[in-house]
Amino acid sequence: MKTDELIKISTSLCAGSSILVVFLIFGYTFLEGLPVLIKYGPSFLTGLYWKPYADPPQFGLLPTIVGTLSVSGLAISMATPIGVLAAIYLAEYSGGGFLKSLIESATQLLVSIPSVVLGFIGLVFLVPTLAKTFGGWGFSILAGGIVLAIMTLPHIICISSDAIKAVPREYRYASLALGASRWQTIRRVVLPVAKSGILASIILGLGNAIGETMAVLMVIGNPEVPYIPTSILDRVRVLTSTIVIEFNYAVWGSDQMRALFAIGVTLFIITAVVNLVAFYILGGRIYAKKA
Amino acid sequence: MSGEASKRSLIFAFAIVAVAMFFVGYLASALASSNISQVGAKTVTKTSSNISQVGAKTVTKTVVETAGLNPRLNVAGSTTVTPIVEEAARRFSKLYSGFKISVAAIGSGPGIKAVGSGEVDIGMASRDLKEKEVEQWPDLKPFRIAMDSIAIVVHPSNPVNGLTLEQVAKIFAGEITNWKEVGGPDKPIHVITREKGSGTRDCFEHAVMKPFGKEISAKAMVQQGNPKVRAAVANDPLSIGYVSLGFVDETIKPLKIDGVEPKIENVLKGTYPIKRNLYVITKGDPDPAELMFIGYLLSSEGQKIVEELGYIPLYSVS
Amino acid sequence: MRRRPEILMEVLTWIASFIPAIIAGTLISFLLFNGASVINWKFVTGFPERGGLEGGILPAIIGSIYISALCMLIAAPIGIGAGTYLAEYAPENIFTKVVRFFVELLAGIPSIVIGLFGYVFLVHGLGLGFSILSGAIALAFMILPWTIRVSEEAIRAVPREYRYASLALGASKWKTIRNVVYAAARPAIITGLMLGLGKAVGETAVVMMTAGMGITGYIPVSPLDSARTLPVHLYLIAGEIANTSEGLKMAYGTALVLLALFLMVSIPSIMFRNYFIRRLYGDAG
Repeated sequence: MKTDELIKISTSLCAGSSILVVFLIFGYTFLEGLPVLIKYGPSFLTGLYWKPYADPPQFGLLPTIVGTLSVSGLAISMATPIGVLAAIYLAEYSGGGFLKSLIESATQLLVSIPSVVLGFIGLVFLVPTLAKTFGGWGFSILAGGIVLAIMTLPHIICISSDAIKAVPREYRYASLALGASRWQTIRRVVLPVAKSGILASIILGLGNAIGETMAVLMVIGNPEVPYIPTSILDRVRVLTSTIVIEFNYAVWGSDQMRALFAIGVTLFIITAVVNLVAFYILGGRIYAKKA
Repeated sequence: MSGEASKRSLIFAFAIVAVAMFFVGYLASALASSNISQVGAKTVTKTSSNISQVGAKTVTKTVVETAGLNPRLNVAGSTTVTPIVEEAARRFSKLYSGFKISVAAIGSGPGIKAVGSGEVDIGMASRDLKEKEVEQWPDLKPFRIAMDSIAIVVHPSNPVNGLTLEQVAKIFAGEITNWKEVGGPDKPIHVITREKGSGTRDCFEHAVMKPFGKEISAKAMVQQGNPKVRAAVANDPLSIGYVSLGFVDETIKPLKIDGVEPKIENVLKGTYPIKRNLYVITKGDPDPAELMFIGYLLSSEGQKIVEELGYIPLYSVS
Repeated sequence: MRRRPEILMEVLTWIASFIPAIIAGTLISFLLFNGASVINWKFVTGFPERGGLEGGILPAIIGSIYISALCMLIAAPIGIGAGTYLAEYAPENIFTKVVRFFVELLAGIPSIVIGLFGYVFLVHGLGLGFSILSGAIALAFMILPWTIRVSEEAIRAVPREYRYASLALGASKWKTIRNVVYAAARPAIITGLMLGLGKAVGETAVVMMTAGMGITGYIPVSPLDSARTLPVHLYLIAGEIANTSEGLKMAYGTALVLLALFLMVSIPSIMFRNYFIRRLYGDAG
């Protein structure tokens, strides 16, 4: 009896440790980041110039935020059509078996391929190719978008195909029995029902894309003073790349270090909002599925 | 249905494993076939050098241990200084086994910050300490270990061979944007610069931009570190950048400035306009292990490395 | 004419579904094609020279394995413990709800924020310095939600009858968990943890900011040694080598070794995971 109690307590401590870790990370990030957010107020988010070394330093994050959204937006708009089509094939047309498990395994593999490898291939292959094709640097929103599209594609496929599979068979039977063709059934019956799940997959993909660091960092060029991009061939900075580039330049206790934490806060808020929206769209189904 | 699917997925698993084994086999064969001819030579030299070193090694190891030295030296800072310190660390730890030296190329600014805040033991910088830094960390002790200059470099295919200092300043300020304005083809100039906080950039700004009252254009491509600037220039036929003398190699072409080549003798004569010092920095007085390593850098052995790598030694070693 | 959109759509979706496989295949063969020639004994067992443009990558390989193993050593027991609690002991109370919420929250934190936190808190605050230990702890923070989730899932998937049978035989709850539940859940837990290990092996930003970026002329032994892992090495040398230079092969070789290490960990676990999920839940398709 005694060991049982002991085990119960120690496992609950393990479970509680995740709370501790989150508090630690959050507490620290917010405590460090808030002073800058308060000091610079809304101009931190809407300022046009990021000049941490100027005197006085300027911390304007707007071009970086625009850069982040344009890179991940481009990635999502490239990955979504392919991802949804692939999900339809996996859920509706493929009969299971070898082909399906090949595709599914490749998709899972692509989810977890180290991002630095993708970034490396982007750097040695994609960037020079883009520079040759379009002129200019090659480092661009476009390069970042393509690399990120490859990374978000598998997420979209997995979650969308789950959503499509979750549509009850009876709906399909009913439609087919009415004489509708297979594609008509998919388009008029299955997709409308699975719509929220597919939307959630896209939003989750967006969240992933915004939080991604290495692969993007290596191909977007990161200008010293970020500016609002006007073409997809412009170089940009994203939130995550700013942290990597500046973390060891920022002196302890300086506003620059705090500003990096403030970027962390911004990043967290954006991803949290994205996840919450997806959660809301799915109506808590993520939890339901896991439990 | 379910049983059949799982059977199929098992078969597929075997297929994957087979592919993986093929991969491993390939690796093994690549390993086996590598340099068979060298094996003999290697073993010979290895044994002979081992015999002579064994005595020294055991002695120094006990010296390191009994003296209570901290044999873990983390060094970080200027990418200009890194090759010298890295090579020195290699030879030094062969000489005195037991030392663990890690050398990170992160830039002068971060290096000074890292040693100042105690993250690393020794910092590297390719510029003098700034007033602000001295104020913040008054106990930093810089040791000059070598001298250097900065070469303005372009792609080897670029027909331009030399520029005036003013032209360089104008190019980096974004006032000259086409190669034809300086005698090249009618193509845009891709300006590559270093990040703020870099010692090389600091020195470049002082020597090239300041005299003409100009600033480096914000449109320039920023690359962190000498190796990255060199690679970026070598990759782009339209680019121009600046690197430390030690980083000039056959992949890039150094330009004559006002007709003077960036060569060591011209720098020493003062005809080439850029000259600077390279430092390693400790926080407070160096502890015995740090002192040993810095002593090695300043010794004729260390200065030989400086010369071999294309930098300017503090005194003539040859 | 009515059949045309039918076939068109089927073909379109078919093509789209192959794109991930094509990308994955292309990436791997691209690396193999370019990097295989550099991989030899000297490369795998040598030390980096000239900033990684020559020599080998042994310290990076060892560093990668060391950090990921230490990270697993920290994250796995906590993950399995928490999973056990959530699946076996937890009455659905406020505490478990809070824990689940926080696990989700932790999973949602971008890794770069964990890296920044690790740099400031572990490296500087706790004075662990750039070390394998700092890197492993920060990585453990990153994969903790994953280990908790997979353990909970695996334990929940064990049929209730197993537990009833054991309890009916008079075994205590802990004995039942240890001898029956863990035994049944073990394969799923292990493959789940292996996938987590794959994530840890491939992570760059977090490790770079906590374990250091230095080229090391030694094999890391103590957890307080600084180490440069394979992904960090690849990131740092990737931009430093001209496309025309022979040294680029070093980067390809590093990428290939990293990929091989990663595939060795994750391919078997992906395969077995698919297999177990099918066995436990039936074919979802």
